[in-house]
Amino acid sequence: MSDDRKLHSRRGALKCLAYGGAGTLFALSGGVFTPIDLARAATDKEGTARLGKPLFVQISDTHIGFNKEANPDVNGTLNQAIDLVNAMNDQPPLIIHTGDITHLSRPAEFDLAQQLFTRLRTSEMHTVPGEHDTSDPTVSEYFKRFGSVSGNKGYYSFDQAGVHFIGLINVLEFKPGGLGTLGEAQLAWVKDDLRGRSASTPLVVFAHMPLWTIYEPWGWGTGDLGALMSELKRFGSVTVLNGHIHQIVQKVEGNITFHTARSTAYPQPAAGLGEGPGPLKVASDELPKMLGVTSISEKKHPRSLSFSDATLA
Amino acid sequence: MSPIRARLDVREFAAVLLRGTLLAAFLSAAAVAPAALGEPPNTIRIDVKDFMFAPTSMTVKAGATVTWTNMDQEPHTLKSSDGLFRSGALDTGDSFSFKFDKPGTYQYVCTIHPRMVGTVVVE
Repeated sequence: MSDDRKLHSRRGALKCLAYGGAGTLFALSGGVFTPIDLARAATDKEGTARLGKPLFVQISDTHIGFNKEANPDVNGTLNQAIDLVNAMNDQPPLIIHTGDITHLSRPAEFDLAQQLFTRLRTSEMHTVPGEHDTSDPTVSEYFKRFGSVSGNKGYYSFDQAGVHFIGLINVLEFKPGGLGTLGEAQLAWVKDDLRGRSASTPLVVFAHMPLWTIYEPWGWGTGDLGALMSELKRFGSVTVLNGHIHQIVQKVEGNITFHTARSTAYPQPAAGLGEGPGPLKVASDELPKMLGVTSISEKKHPRSLSFSDATLA
Repeated sequence: MSPIRARLDVREFAAVLLRGTLLAAFLSAAAVAPAALGEPPNTIRIDVKDFMFAPTSMTVKAGATVTWTNMDQEPHTLKSSDGLFRSGALDTGDSFSFKFDKPGTYQYVCTIHPRMVGTVVVE
């Protein structure tokens, strides 16, 4: 379900914010999303079996170190999100964190975040940094802890269950106006990494800033995404996962499915509603309905990935 | 009184007079404090507010210190285009200062919200 048109009307946008309530399941088949009511899915055994085993969970924008009114307890809400993941009957083999692990790139924030992540039953986590993780003067704190897998470049790839995962970094340089940038070196590496791979290999590409243009005035996009898309479009199933905007926005374009995640820390306004992309204060009983994680499962026949977006309440 | 004793008295008196003058001068300088407590004299302030630098362009004399203070609920950073200065993440209420010694035009940006651009012109 594309929310692009909804975002342009205030009423539509508010409906959009409220929609994420009890958890929505999107089944992807033949490139088309179909929403499935999660409550119905719980009793529909055959339906949930069709969804397949969870391949991984996406967590994003944990912002450890944030302590303002929009959420004075981001450690608490992260713990609730971890409890949600730990309660899954079938544990995913890995977790993907799409960045803004910390709020101010401070060593104590990174230390605390890593400590909290050890509570996850799934110990394998793959990360990419957000701009909040690379704001220390020497841009080294993130890489000290998470840089070895990519030789401190920030981009890398790996395989799991026949799916090829690519982690990208688009927060080191910015285009005027604020869009993220991949850069020549990284794009050349992607070309190299994908060369010779069968088009039937499912791809999962994850990065912090959206890899499609959601709202340019607020920097919600990546300036040089065109070169990346030309590399991806020959593949039969591509899933692009991003964070940064603290709300779910999705789009399907041909064989490519784009999905941004909720934050576990605080929501942000829908595109254009407000002065800027900052923390959105909501009533305290509304907050847990706007924070959450996403579980991605693989269906075998036809081979595709499906999403389950779950909220804390 | 012998002549030697008279000379010592004069020197002692001169020393006391000198110390007293210096003390008076020191006290009067401390009483007149042009800059706010803790800031070097000749400090220029830029507020970071509502995702903007206020003012966006600031002209200062060479040797001036500029202090940015973040008034927003979001953190911001300051990075000059030529690599001259780079703050860490400034939380609400945090400040960053830089002394501009050489004349020139210095553009800077917030690395977390890069549409925020400012300029310091040093004359």
